[in-house]
Amino acid sequence: MSKNIYLHELRIRIRSVIIWSLGILALHLLYLSFYGIFADQAALVNEMMENFPPEFRAAFGMDGVDLSQVLGYYSFILTFAQICLAIQAGNYGFGLVSVEESEMTADFLLSKPVSRARILTSKTLAAITSLTITNAVVWIGAFTFINLFRSDYEYDPGTLSLMLASIIFFQLFFFSVGAAVSLLVKRVRNVTPYGLGLGFGMYVLAAFGDMLGESKLEWITPFKHFDAGYIVQHQGYDMRLFGLSVSITVIALAISYWRYLRRDIPSAV
Amino acid sequence: MSIIEVSHLTKYYGKARGIVDVSFGVDEGEIFGFIGPNGAGKSTTIRLLLSLIYPTSGNATIFGKDCIQYGPEIRKDIGYLPSEVFYYEGMKVIDLLKYSASFYPGEHTARLHELAEYMELDLTRRIDDLSYGNKKKVGLVQGLLHAPKLVFLDEPTAGLDPLMQRKFFNLIRRENEERGMTVFFSSHILGEVQRLCSRVGIIREGSIVEISDIRALQQNNYKKIRITAEGLSTDGFTDLPGATNIQTENGTLHFFFKGDINIVMQKIAGIQVSDVTIEEPTLEEIFMHYYE
Repeated sequence: MSKNIYLHELRIRIRSVIIWSLGILALHLLYLSFYGIFADQAALVNEMMENFPPEFRAAFGMDGVDLSQVLGYYSFILTFAQICLAIQAGNYGFGLVSVEESEMTADFLLSKPVSRARILTSKTLAAITSLTITNAVVWIGAFTFINLFRSDYEYDPGTLSLMLASIIFFQLFFFSVGAAVSLLVKRVRNVTPYGLGLGFGMYVLAAFGDMLGESKLEWITPFKHFDAGYIVQHQGYDMRLFGLSVSITVIALAISYWRYLRRDIPSAV
Repeated sequence: MSIIEVSHLTKYYGKARGIVDVSFGVDEGEIFGFIGPNGAGKSTTIRLLLSLIYPTSGNATIFGKDCIQYGPEIRKDIGYLPSEVFYYEGMKVIDLLKYSASFYPGEHTARLHELAEYMELDLTRRIDDLSYGNKKKVGLVQGLLHAPKLVFLDEPTAGLDPLMQRKFFNLIRRENEERGMTVFFSSHILGEVQRLCSRVGIIREGSIVEISDIRALQQNNYKKIRITAEGLSTDGFTDLPGATNIQTENGTLHFFFKGDINIVMQKIAGIQVSDVTIEEPTLEEIFMHYYE
């Protein structure tokens, strides 16, 4: 790893990290502040949920989730937070080398006396650090706001930790797949549509899978690999899907290295 | 000693031609001009030498080491000014230059400031706010601040005003004379190559058409001569050896001439002229010569 590249990468991404972290923090604050009302009216809420068609509940990941429970309620919030976290991680993955190429700084960086493997490693570690910062904010936010708004309702901190710990694996999936795709296509000119597409696409796949009761889709989408509702119900991960997710991440990273080391850097003209 | 040795280097982008079977060498301490029209393969050659792209076939060495295998090592002593200038969004000039310097072992701050001052570069400005010419200056300082043994300049003067161009040429010449820096200078403007370089390679449609001493190239080449005088006719010039394409137009005689210019001077001395111009051929005209 090259320290200077690492620090440079952190510096140019810091604003984005702050914005994403604050956004996700605000989402936590907003939804968790309503928890008291939900819990006090538990019977009413659950009855209301019963009245929704099961497909609808499934599509929002609320099937079998008890919204009156602290973690049941939180699992519903986490699903929304996951969409943001997926887009953030996807953006960092897609932009890992493509931003450098579209802004013509790739020639600058690659003509320096560093190997491409070191460049990619430094960039990847910087991106993971950025994701970790966001993660830390989510951890702090989740525990703080839950304890602030739960009144007398109890929850299991261990299960909550499991839910929060899944985020980094979830994000690494989107990051590494984004990076691999950006190096498999000829050129990514704008990162945002790719990041949004991957994040929402995976979410929609998960929602469809639930709606249709189609379990094969769960193999593809990390929203099912780290299904918050599942973690609450089973107090653990679905280890098959967890293993699958980590494997895809590792393979995608390997593809990224393999492609990057052999890549013809596109010129400006 | 040969600093750059290029041997049968070929690059295709898919089916599109980059360069084909390019071979040449650049000696230590030399200022080598690399000229050709846009799209001839100048940037492709430089980018291959820096292993920004990989060759389809053939190979190249710099400092006697393979460009790809020893890429990071040899790039310690290389400076590069890309034809398109880059910027990291929101970065100040000084931050970019410090970032650039951080890749090279040693301390480069003093030299950084000296070069920036010489090129009249404002270090506190943000790069995105700079004009094209000023971005180019950032590129130049960035390419030279670590005192490289070899520098690649890809169309370096585009966007610089004439005064800055001259300062830039003086800087390159100084680096070359005082430190023995080898220069690989790519351009499509013949004039600036002639001003600076001792030897040139001409590339056209991906292939080297000629590598020669700049003097030899000029001697081998046509001059455009235009003479305005009363009662001038083509008769006196048709028997002039080396004169071709002789025409008259509104009392002005013009022709291409190749050979000892003194013969023409003597000829002109015998005429009462009102105007004479002797011009360098344009690059296109030089290429025309190679088409023949």
